Amino acid sequence: MATTTTTAPGAGPFAGSRSFISKLRDGDEIARLITFLFAASVVLVTVLLVYELWVESALPRHKFGLHFLITKVWDPNLDQFGALPFIYGTLVTAAVSLLLAVPLGIGAAIFLAELAPAQISDILEFFIDLLAAVPSVIYGLLGVFIVIPLMREYIQPGLKNTLGFLPFFQGPTYGVGFLTAGIVLAIMVIPYIISVSREVLLSVPRDQREAALALGATRWESTWKVVVPFARTGIMGSIFLALARALGETMAVTMVIGNTPTISASLFSPGYSIAAVIANEFTEATGDVYLQSLIELGLVLFLLTFILNGLARLLIVATSQRGSGVGQA
Amino acid sequence: MNNRLRWRKFVSNFMLTMTGVCAVVAVSVLFFILGYLVYHGGTSINWNFFTKLPAPVGESGGGMANAIVGNAKLLLLAALIGVPIGFMGAIYLAEFSGSSVAFVVRYAADLLNGVPSIVIGIFAYSLAVLPFKHFSTLAGGLALGVMMVPITLRSTEEFLRAVPRALREGAMALGASKSKTIATVIVPAAYRGILTAILLAFARVAGETAPLLFTAFGSRFWSPGWNQPTASLPVMIFTYAIAPYEDWHRQAWAAGLVLLGLILVINILARAILARGIAVPRS
Repeated sequence: MATTTTTAPGAGPFAGSRSFISKLRDGDEIARLITFLFAASVVLVTVLLVYELWVESALPRHKFGLHFLITKVWDPNLDQFGALPFIYGTLVTAAVSLLLAVPLGIGAAIFLAELAPAQISDILEFFIDLLAAVPSVIYGLLGVFIVIPLMREYIQPGLKNTLGFLPFFQGPTYGVGFLTAGIVLAIMVIPYIISVSREVLLSVPRDQREAALALGATRWESTWKVVVPFARTGIMGSIFLALARALGETMAVTMVIGNTPTISASLFSPGYSIAAVIANEFTEATGDVYLQSLIELGLVLFLLTFILNGLARLLIVATSQRGSGVGQA
Repeated sequence: MNNRLRWRKFVSNFMLTMTGVCAVVAVSVLFFILGYLVYHGGTSINWNFFTKLPAPVGESGGGMANAIVGNAKLLLLAALIGVPIGFMGAIYLAEFSGSSVAFVVRYAADLLNGVPSIVIGIFAYSLAVLPFKHFSTLAGGLALGVMMVPITLRSTEEFLRAVPRALREGAMALGASKSKTIATVIVPAAYRGILTAILLAFARVAGETAPLLFTAFGSRFWSPGWNQPTASLPVMIFTYAIAPYEDWHRQAWAAGLVLLGLILVINILARAILARGIAVPRS
């Protein structure tokens, strides 16, 4: 800020004592104060959010303690609340979605960053950005009317016939369930993986590729053994980002997961997720412990995504700094 | 050796083709969604959809006029909260703040940006529904506004920072004060970017459903004023899609098409504004 000293007209030789007055007259201090209040309100809102989640979930935190996280009973009539089926459902659907989305997303990102001409890559990236803007309730709508029937009629019976010996693909095929939710989630998070991974891959210095090619590597070998490892941490960051999105996703999951609190190895089984149970039961929750248990679920979800987002940001920053550092050397 | 080379070349070509397939699959999802919505929604959209209230259960016909108006009110409130805080906060970050304050504000904004939308809903519920004991348009607008703040803030700041230093120095050399420089030089120079940032944030919250479920709630009637529950398109899509009535499904498709069309148009508009270049070229 040293270079921005203003010299108001007629400030003269008494700059030291007059600078504050002249600043005030020009409105600089006032502008600074006003914009500061707006900026501070962002911090205030964030602090308030954490505070509200903490305070409003006091009852179940005291009543159940950490048992809240590891018990299975969710019975509003008995005032017994355990979050395990919801945590299980959230983690399983997120894991399924990443299993599907990561290979596809990274593959597409490699194509956009390494193979496609810049113009085509930009156009495709534009479509990917639009895809990321599609609201989740639209994915839910398509999930209900397209994915669920497809799963029930073709995919689940098909998986059962071929891979039915695995515990994941057993049991009745309802169409709804962990697998369906995972697939819909995968479609939703792929754009995030592609966008961030593409950026990270593009920031890998050119000489890395050229060195590999000069040593006789094929195009794929240079990409897979040199460029991708170079961008490894950033790609991990994009995956964590996608994971955080998948964990917090509400509408699409609510519409296709089946909304039954179960813990089952079978991916065909209907389940429930943290976000879905909040969405479904919040307005119906009678009694303070019930409502506050739902808010505590919100707190759990908040903490999960908070940790993952933090890690993602660290990883992405680490790669881009390393990338530019090597580029300059 | 020759065989090995041939194999390596084959692997290379194969894997590179596969990456192309991945990209095509990912992008085609967009066209699939659009095509399907246009196909199903297009046949269900009619004048009634925009002008009539929802019909009582069991009767066919009716529309979503109340949800469209409700959505507009919610988004207006969201913009009234999100745009000033995001814009002014960004000016503070880009022009006035020291590094430690800026770090705290940015950290808070990034944290807020990562909070799942359903948790934002709980927050708005505890602030604006619990104390008054009823759902309201205001509470829904608050939830959407809180979501808008970090997106507007961070991207506006980026665009303000991209304004070339020479412009600031030029204005100050002419004797303008800092606030005058910001108001007459820096913000006008970055206005395209700022407009893009605001539009993108707006499009992002326009389709949000989860935070509205227990703030704005829903309604099958007009919602006069700001203090009553109101219908909105996303929540209507949700309730209509999971209901067992054929007629409601058709309306859900129609609402989906309207909502997605609105969001995509705003997105494309925002990018078009930016693509014409920030008014001042970077030097």
